[in-house]
Amino acid sequence: MFPELNNLLNTTPDRTEQGTLTLLCDAKTDGSFLVHHFLSFYLKANCKVCFVALIQSFSHYNIVGQKLGVSLSTARERGQLVFLEGLKSSIDIFFQTQEEPHPLQFFREANGGNLQSLYEFVRDALKPRDSEETMWRYPVLLVDNLSVLLSLGVGAVTVLDFIQYCRAAVCCELKGNIVALVHDSGDAEDEENDILLNGLSHQSHLILRAEGLATGFCKDVHGQLRILWRRPLQPTAQRDRSLTYQYKIQDKNVFFFAKGMSPAVL
Amino acid sequence: MLESLLALGGLVLLRGEGQSRGWWGRIKGRLSCKEQWLADSVEWEGRGLLKALIKKSALCGEQVHVLGCEVSEEEFREGFGADVNNRLVYHDIFRDPLNWSKTGKAFPGGPLGILRAMCRRTGPGPVTVALDSLSWLLLRLPCITLCQTLHALSQPNIYPGDNSQVEQVRVLGLLHEELHGPGPMGALRSLAHTEVTLSGKMGQASASILYRRPQQHATLQTWWFSILPDFSLDLHKESPLQSQPHLDPQTTQYLYLQVDPTAHLTFNLHLSKKEREARDSLTLPFQFSSEKQQALLYPVPGQKSHIFYEPDAYDVDQEDPDDDLDI
Repeated sequence: MFPELNNLLNTTPDRTEQGTLTLLCDAKTDGSFLVHHFLSFYLKANCKVCFVALIQSFSHYNIVGQKLGVSLSTARERGQLVFLEGLKSSIDIFFQTQEEPHPLQFFREANGGNLQSLYEFVRDALKPRDSEETMWRYPVLLVDNLSVLLSLGVGAVTVLDFIQYCRAAVCCELKGNIVALVHDSGDAEDEENDILLNGLSHQSHLILRAEGLATGFCKDVHGQLRILWRRPLQPTAQRDRSLTYQYKIQDKNVFFFAKGMSPAVL
Repeated sequence: MLESLLALGGLVLLRGEGQSRGWWGRIKGRLSCKEQWLADSVEWEGRGLLKALIKKSALCGEQVHVLGCEVSEEEFREGFGADVNNRLVYHDIFRDPLNWSKTGKAFPGGPLGILRAMCRRTGPGPVTVALDSLSWLLLRLPCITLCQTLHALSQPNIYPGDNSQVEQVRVLGLLHEELHGPGPMGALRSLAHTEVTLSGKMGQASASILYRRPQQHATLQTWWFSILPDFSLDLHKESPLQSQPHLDPQTTQYLYLQVDPTAHLTFNLHLSKKEREARDSLTLPFQFSSEKQQALLYPVPGQKSHIFYEPDAYDVDQEDPDDDLDI
């Protein structure tokens, strides 16, 4: 996790809000550093994490996680991390007969199907078991990312329904958190993606939006991060609604600074 | 603001403008039910305003039915006192909209069935129906079916026997305008009698309310407000543009306040009296005046023009001598 980002969000692994939906989105840049941040953040916070990883392999996240101080292999072995490796398990659907419904069963269904099997996988993964009831603080669902589901033929409303069911189970029932990444297609007029992004934005408590700089690529400033707080859980909580920072990603850390205040230009 | 909004029964549409598009409006009324849509935006959320309206209706003795599709019942009831919660009936679609749990608790007919059941309500007395949210329904139901059901919901029921008993029904709908195209939005707006645009500046929310009263001009009001933790409204001031008659926005698209483009300029756009006189007396170089015309037509004799040329000493070109020049 990135300590500077924790400062901006005013959280630490010991002190977090529960029952929230955090939306990560990226436009004209790669926002996956936010996914790595939250993955390591919640593992360090001693939460039970279900990670639906549809974009990269397990070893990729493991390598990055090690740079951030967490070992995904260890977390998986001791039951803290349930990892759905989309790239690998999607092959199983086609080449192995399934006795039980596979989480990615919608691949084989005409018209995209629905995501009920994926939801049930998540619910079973995060359901507290008697043996480990006191081990983990609260459950967390992490999805990387939801836009790829649209590319796989699932409708935007179907994905919204899936997230709604996850919110009901994870946020409301189990008092856990959900973090999901959605790409912003920007100028490319992708109606389905816009419906998904706007629909999720309205349900989110916190939106982190990584944008490329309007002026193009820069060696010292990799992008801009906009943070929007919505739906405060305590109505009396006073805080800034929206902040904007620029950032530079390095090997093991991300540095944030006010707009135009990059150390390279000062 | 709340009283005027609740003055007419109807559809209050809350929407946002541009980035922040939220309309909030509520009309309280002694007339028959009309629809009131609340359309909000990502930046300016409308649910707080919806809850403030619901609280006001409940405290006035009305029963409130909420079709809850987007948040859990627990979250929706949070912040309401017991007096409001007792009058609030929450139809929970949020938890299991597609009946995946197969527990048999799902409503037969889904959300549309619930709306149709509300149309067959019994008993007089004012009722408020709140849809949280209209966008959720519009994404999953055909627009025409939804509009027809909402229209049927808004029709007053007249009870025989007591000829003054007209049931007052108000429908409040929360709408996330970014999710819908102009077609469905136009259809819903045609049902609405009040539209409120939610926007804001510097953390302060404002609501521009467009009232469409039958056989009257549409009027526009703007209020700045904040919602307190107990969902009562704190109004600050009214915008300088008060109660202006306004064209029906179905013909014009925007409800923006007028902005003076010549304010806050970094250069001087105005002329002083002296500058104006100097400018007016200036003759432009290519202006064809009578004096110029005379000078061209009747040149003064003796003013023949001469050309004086001194050849440069070094400027001698053997191949092209200057002998052929007529100088």
